[in-house]
Amino acid sequence: MTNASLVDLTLYLADSTLVLGQRNGDWCGHGPVLEQDIAITNITLDLIGQARSFYQYAAQLIGNGCTEDQLAYWRNEREFKNCLLCERPNGDWAQTILRQTFFSFYQRELFAQLLNGNDSTLSAIAEKSLKEISYHCRWSGEWVCRLGDGTEESHRRLEAATENLWPYVGELFIAAPYETAMQIDTAAIKKGWSDAIDTLFTEATLSPVSLSSTFMHTGGKTGQHTEALGYLLAEMQYVQRSFPGCEW
Amino acid sequence: MVTTDNNELQDCYGWLAAIHDPEIPVLSILDLGIVRNIELLSTLNQEGHIRVTITATYTGCPAMDTIAMLIKMELRNKGYKKVEVERSISPAWTTDWMTQEGKEKLRAYGIAPPDKRFSIPDNGITCPQCGSSNTRLLSEFGSTACKSLLQCNDCAEPFDYFKCH
Repeated sequence: MTNASLVDLTLYLADSTLVLGQRNGDWCGHGPVLEQDIAITNITLDLIGQARSFYQYAAQLIGNGCTEDQLAYWRNEREFKNCLLCERPNGDWAQTILRQTFFSFYQRELFAQLLNGNDSTLSAIAEKSLKEISYHCRWSGEWVCRLGDGTEESHRRLEAATENLWPYVGELFIAAPYETAMQIDTAAIKKGWSDAIDTLFTEATLSPVSLSSTFMHTGGKTGQHTEALGYLLAEMQYVQRSFPGCEW
Repeated sequence: MVTTDNNELQDCYGWLAAIHDPEIPVLSILDLGIVRNIELLSTLNQEGHIRVTITATYTGCPAMDTIAMLIKMELRNKGYKKVEVERSISPAWTTDWMTQEGKEKLRAYGIAPPDKRFSIPDNGITCPQCGSSNTRLLSEFGSTACKSLLQCNDCAEPFDYFKCH
């Protein structure tokens, strides 16, 4: 285990939660009903809270006066390590829900490993986050059932969302060099994730999809992103880039 | 070096008990169980150096910055020249750390306190208005990260429930 791998893994965790938080935040004031608007923004708050914990730790590891804000606002897309799934556009409610489900179910498996891992800070952040993730899994999973086993229209939209997002889940289970160095067992994550998603899809009357028969995009974990990320960062980083170091 | 002036330490706890959660003003930060430790590094009649360790309820709780600022202001007002507020994340905060008094205050304020019989926010949580258990979950996420929204089927009042966490 090298320090560089620990920094990279921490940034991967930070970037993924921040980017998904930024995406979900777009729903603020636009949710289908007030309670669900509040739900998705509460999840966003948790994700950004998790991102801050990871960025603070990464900044501490990097040293030399590095801060969480520098890491979030002053890196370009090639430096961001978030998985591609998190940067995919919101689309409709079905796509947002499914993206959250895929990510929360993945987080539950990954964070369970961090909890029992060698690094005490990552373990502590995972312990705290897992409590929140269990809510996210339940809420988003219930929505998948509601839409999948709902009307013809909701079922059709969720199937379209599956088709859109599925090619981005494969990356989650291919270990980046820093994950291998930090002994993340992606095969175990894949097993736990696909078992849970299979069960959920059956309950939601969706056809099961195979992880092996689809072309999978990769690269996010090492900084090669889809065109979607640049636009997201341009908006998110605008204020800090225009008024460097500003605070309120 | 941590001094052992227990009287002064007790005073500190008393002062912090006057600081309230900005989002749930009926609860003090001691009721919530987010003050994990107070270290009196040097007493008021010496240099006046104190360190308070707090922990967040939820990772993204926006009240934490305000709470840290309120602690600093309060202790500076009492004469401490150096006030440090440290944040710890482990062990993770749990509603088990909320005081019994805090739970009673919540109920009186109209928020159902965390109920250990329900590991998830669920139907059947006691209504803080009329005491009925004939209630239903409206939304798992409420006005703050720590609460869910429920409604009483008997008195028809919607109410917040502080989730077990």
